[in-house]
Amino acid sequence: MFQLILSGLAIGAVYGLVAMGFSLLWQTSQTINFAQGDFLTVSAVLIVILVGSGLPFPLALLLVLGAVALVLGYIYKRSVIQPLIEKDPHSIIVATIALSFLLRNSVSTFWSTQTHRFPITLGEGTYRLGTVALSKHHLFTVLIAVALIGGLQLFIKKTKTGKAMRAVAQNREAAEILGIDIQLVTTIVFVINGLLVAFASILVAPTYMVSFSMGTTVAHKAFYSAIIGGFNQLHGALLGGFIVGIVESFTAAYVSTQYKELFVLILLIATILIKKQGILGTEEY
Amino acid sequence: MQLPASNKKYILSAVLYVAAVISVPFFVGFSPYYLYLSTLVVIYIISVMGLNITLGYAGQITLGHAAFMGIGAYTVSILTLRGWSFWPAFLLAGLISLLLGAIIGLPAIRVKDHYLAFVTLGFGSIIFLFMTNEEELTGGFRGLYGIERPQIFSLSLSSDRAFYFFVASFLLILTAAGLWLLNSKWGRAFKAIRENEKRAEMVGVNLLAYKVAAFAIGSLYAGLSGGLLALLMRFIEPTSFPVTESFWLLIMLVVGGRGRFEGAFIGPLVVMVLPELLRGTEGLYFVLFSLISLFILIFWPSGLAGLLETLFEKVFDREMPGLTK
Amino acid sequence: MSFFRINNLKKSFYDLQALAGVSFEVKEGEILGLIGPNGSGKTTLFNCVTGMLKVSGGEVFFRSREVTNYKPHSLYKLGVGRTFQLVQLFPEMTVMENMLMAIQESQGSIWTRLFSIGEEENRRKALELLEFLDILHLKDQIAENLSYGQQKLLDLGMVLMSDPELVLLDEPLAGVNPSLANNILKRISELNGRDKTFLIIEHNMEAVMDIASRIVVLDHGEKIAQGRPERIQEDELVLEAYFGG
Repeated sequence: MFQLILSGLAIGAVYGLVAMGFSLLWQTSQTINFAQGDFLTVSAVLIVILVGSGLPFPLALLLVLGAVALVLGYIYKRSVIQPLIEKDPHSIIVATIALSFLLRNSVSTFWSTQTHRFPITLGEGTYRLGTVALSKHHLFTVLIAVALIGGLQLFIKKTKTGKAMRAVAQNREAAEILGIDIQLVTTIVFVINGLLVAFASILVAPTYMVSFSMGTTVAHKAFYSAIIGGFNQLHGALLGGFIVGIVESFTAAYVSTQYKELFVLILLIATILIKKQGILGTEEY
Repeated sequence: MQLPASNKKYILSAVLYVAAVISVPFFVGFSPYYLYLSTLVVIYIISVMGLNITLGYAGQITLGHAAFMGIGAYTVSILTLRGWSFWPAFLLAGLISLLLGAIIGLPAIRVKDHYLAFVTLGFGSIIFLFMTNEEELTGGFRGLYGIERPQIFSLSLSSDRAFYFFVASFLLILTAAGLWLLNSKWGRAFKAIRENEKRAEMVGVNLLAYKVAAFAIGSLYAGLSGGLLALLMRFIEPTSFPVTESFWLLIMLVVGGRGRFEGAFIGPLVVMVLPELLRGTEGLYFVLFSLISLFILIFWPSGLAGLLETLFEKVFDREMPGLTK
Repeated sequence: MSFFRINNLKKSFYDLQALAGVSFEVKEGEILGLIGPNGSGKTTLFNCVTGMLKVSGGEVFFRSREVTNYKPHSLYKLGVGRTFQLVQLFPEMTVMENMLMAIQESQGSIWTRLFSIGEEENRRKALELLEFLDILHLKDQIAENLSYGQQKLLDLGMVLMSDPELVLLDEPLAGVNPSLANNILKRISELNGRDKTFLIIEHNMEAVMDIASRIVVLDHGEKIAQGRPERIQEDELVLEAYFGG
């Protein structure tokens, strides 16, 4: 029972991380990034490649984080998002879908179609608490995720940039009038999103293995998490992540592994139809 | 934009579109492979035509279009394998797609854009889960096989050539129906919803009715095309209809040109035939196509159809006649 | 029987009360001006009355039929038309198509619209209206290519296609040059002469005082004055609302 909850929390934390990136993007720029999953895949793949060619893991990690920040953050925002944001909302949706295809197929074409192991794990074996065996990996996942989230929250609450982000999220026009550089803030948010996703990929790659499609399922669940928990609130996205993780964990154990997505999907559709902003979400005008 | 009775030009366009598509095998030959490919293209044109109605004209985003192809395919397969004759099975497939499509259209009243995209995505995923897991009904991962092609008016369709023309005649009928629909007041109402929903409402447009209709009709086209797909391949499996398939349909439409009737023709033709010309590039081709779609989205939103129209205007100094947009 | 009546209309957004119980009447055949400083709730009132927002309290009556919270398209069919502050058109359709779109939904049923073919009469009416508004020459132009002033005229034309008895105009003169403004005012007058009732939100004081037979003044979601233009111009409360305290 506890294992189920812990594993649910662990995967939920990962969903939550990605969902938060998602939510940040939505709040500041009203965009949905359908390529989020592939960002995750690409991060993991890059680490595998770098470590595979001899680099020590910490260095590889640093390089990948830098690359992600630059390409998936800055370049993505300037070359794809910015030109399209003025046009109809469908364009961004389709564009990010196309980008997702692009990334996915680039990985499978130029790298490999097979599944690979991730070079590190977060801890093998289990801790024993009385009669309960808790997976180390899961524990560390939750801890690291919580640390990241805590760090993010601090950043948003305490730094000037964080405050600017909140201002833009609440009222774009007012923020502009107050002299906040919207484009800069948006770019920063995209960079943060890239980093969040990169970290999520490290947390999830050990169990999920690395392949060209590994990120897609995670991202889908993260989308659903963000919607269920509340798109326009960071807490909502996180809560959604945990909910989805736990529902999945229990469904897989008590119903069937194949249908574990089903309850999440039902929850998703129900949320959109009952309260489309999600559990903790607020009304959007 | 004139209404059907007063604009004969679009009937001519209908014939031209279909003729252009049908004539392809006459150029590339009737070998089994090319015949298969041509039939496949026609089937996808029908599906994308439906998507164009829902997304291109009425502006309702749907990421679950492939699911309806699956619904049509499985309905026809399951029923014919149980002894049903073709036409009832096919009609039932259409009816189910129509009704389920209408149901999917209901959330479109409450939510738009991104939220609607997710609902349709979720729906498509549920259908896919269903297809993969209900072993008894759908054959699970293995799918269903041994589907036979029917006899139509005592003409056997087991010959690929005969089947190709059978499918092509469906294209003709559905093209005519689509042109009628989009040139009627419904078409104008769809466009009004797409361009300015608030104003459309103020002007008396019943959003519920028209959005549901747009979804239902689009899904009908998809369902019918799915039924034909099952007959073409003579077997079906869930991996033909995952969510990524819906994305492909979307890309086909975008590349072809959403909101332009020819878009539904150009998209599948280009997306499916080009790899033939670029033989040996395999995965690179997918990469290429994603790039092209991105390019089109950012720089040329009216797609290849729009490009064609603009070229025509530049060369002939007047608007291309008989357009439905 | 009153023509158009609002009774104790309230509207709140969370803790912000946009309308705090507004009541007034529009008499048949008059031009009523609705004025007030920015944020006083005028557009919110329009939105509530035309069914774009749900009211938090109060009622709306049109010809003694209660129409509170009726959906926009139902009100449209009952004979209430409305323009928006920022011109709302169908940008990619031609001017003529915009006009035709403005009327097609009030005729027949959804099924006749799929199968019916003629719209000669609507076309003729559209041409007439376009000529009345002096934009006939633009009939085949794409709407988004029109100048702002031309778009405003098209907007007005669209509202008039269905022959509404009550026309709500939200700042018809906003951002429009003086000669075009005069033009629009003349048209409104003419239409009023042809038995159309108008409820107009306007910031252009000169214009609205000139054309309206009565004025209602809103401030902070409340009606603070109503009456003939001459009286309103001297009303203390009104002056205070606009100029200071």
